[in-house]
Amino acid sequence: MKSAVVLLPGLNRDRDMIAALTKISGQPPATVWQTDTEIPDVDLIAIPGGFSFGDYLRCGAIAARMPVMRAVAEKAARGVTVIGVCNGFQILVEAGLLPGALMRNASLKFVCRQVKLEIANANTMFTRGYQPGQVIRSPVAHHDGNYFADAKTLARLEGEGQVVFRYAEDTNPNGSINDIAGIVNDKGNVLGLMPHPENLIEAAHGGNDGRALFESALGIAA
Amino acid sequence: MKARITVTLKNGVLDPQGKAIEHALSGLGFDGVGQVRQGKVFDIELTGADKAKAEADLKAMCDKLLANTVIENYSVTLT
Repeated sequence: MKSAVVLLPGLNRDRDMIAALTKISGQPPATVWQTDTEIPDVDLIAIPGGFSFGDYLRCGAIAARMPVMRAVAEKAARGVTVIGVCNGFQILVEAGLLPGALMRNASLKFVCRQVKLEIANANTMFTRGYQPGQVIRSPVAHHDGNYFADAKTLARLEGEGQVVFRYAEDTNPNGSINDIAGIVNDKGNVLGLMPHPENLIEAAHGGNDGRALFESALGIAA
Repeated sequence: MKARITVTLKNGVLDPQGKAIEHALSGLGFDGVGQVRQGKVFDIELTGADKAKAEADLKAMCDKLLANTVIENYSVTLT
């Protein structure tokens, strides 16, 4: 399965994402730069974490308006799988590919720790490798992960099963509404999440709880 | 022409930074401080002279980039 990783100035988890995709898919992902207007023919596009454009204006706001994101939007509209992690999630939200907004953590503090995630919907292309209700571990590292959506949008997300990951066991690190950690778009092919599953994919990481997400998205999961 | 754009959080959107500022003001001994909401100000210089076009452009700038209308309101003043 072929994948591509979007590169933007200020991202710092791109190497982690490239390493994870290389190990799990068996081949290194293509990389696309912010000014690229075309993305190669791939099955999965990943937008890594970091601090694109120094988080100026709003997290992900400038990145979301770069040419490469128009290309990502076109691919997503054609059904290509897209994953945005951390800053990648913020970029997808700012680009309008996912609903809602990610605001400053309620504690006003940067959080860098491990949290528990409940698989709130195991019937998605990103979570089919997990059991419904399964609780996994995942690292988080962010300052602006406090998910917000208006009441109508929230009801739709909850009603349609678009809330895919939820902070579990009182580990919500940011005040996110309904403990939301990750959501998919209405078509189900675009996922955004604040935690970093790419940092928990093999024994050397202390566990592989995040591996099934990529295996699911890449169609490798059983 | 010069424009000032003010971006603030919508009512009902939690503003933890405003809350922290509110507490800090109380801590400094300022009595009678009610709710504090914080936001952003953009001062923009415009080269054209067409006021109607400027207003339309500024609105588009807010909608496309300067404000996130999911959580923020904006107001534009031309001088």
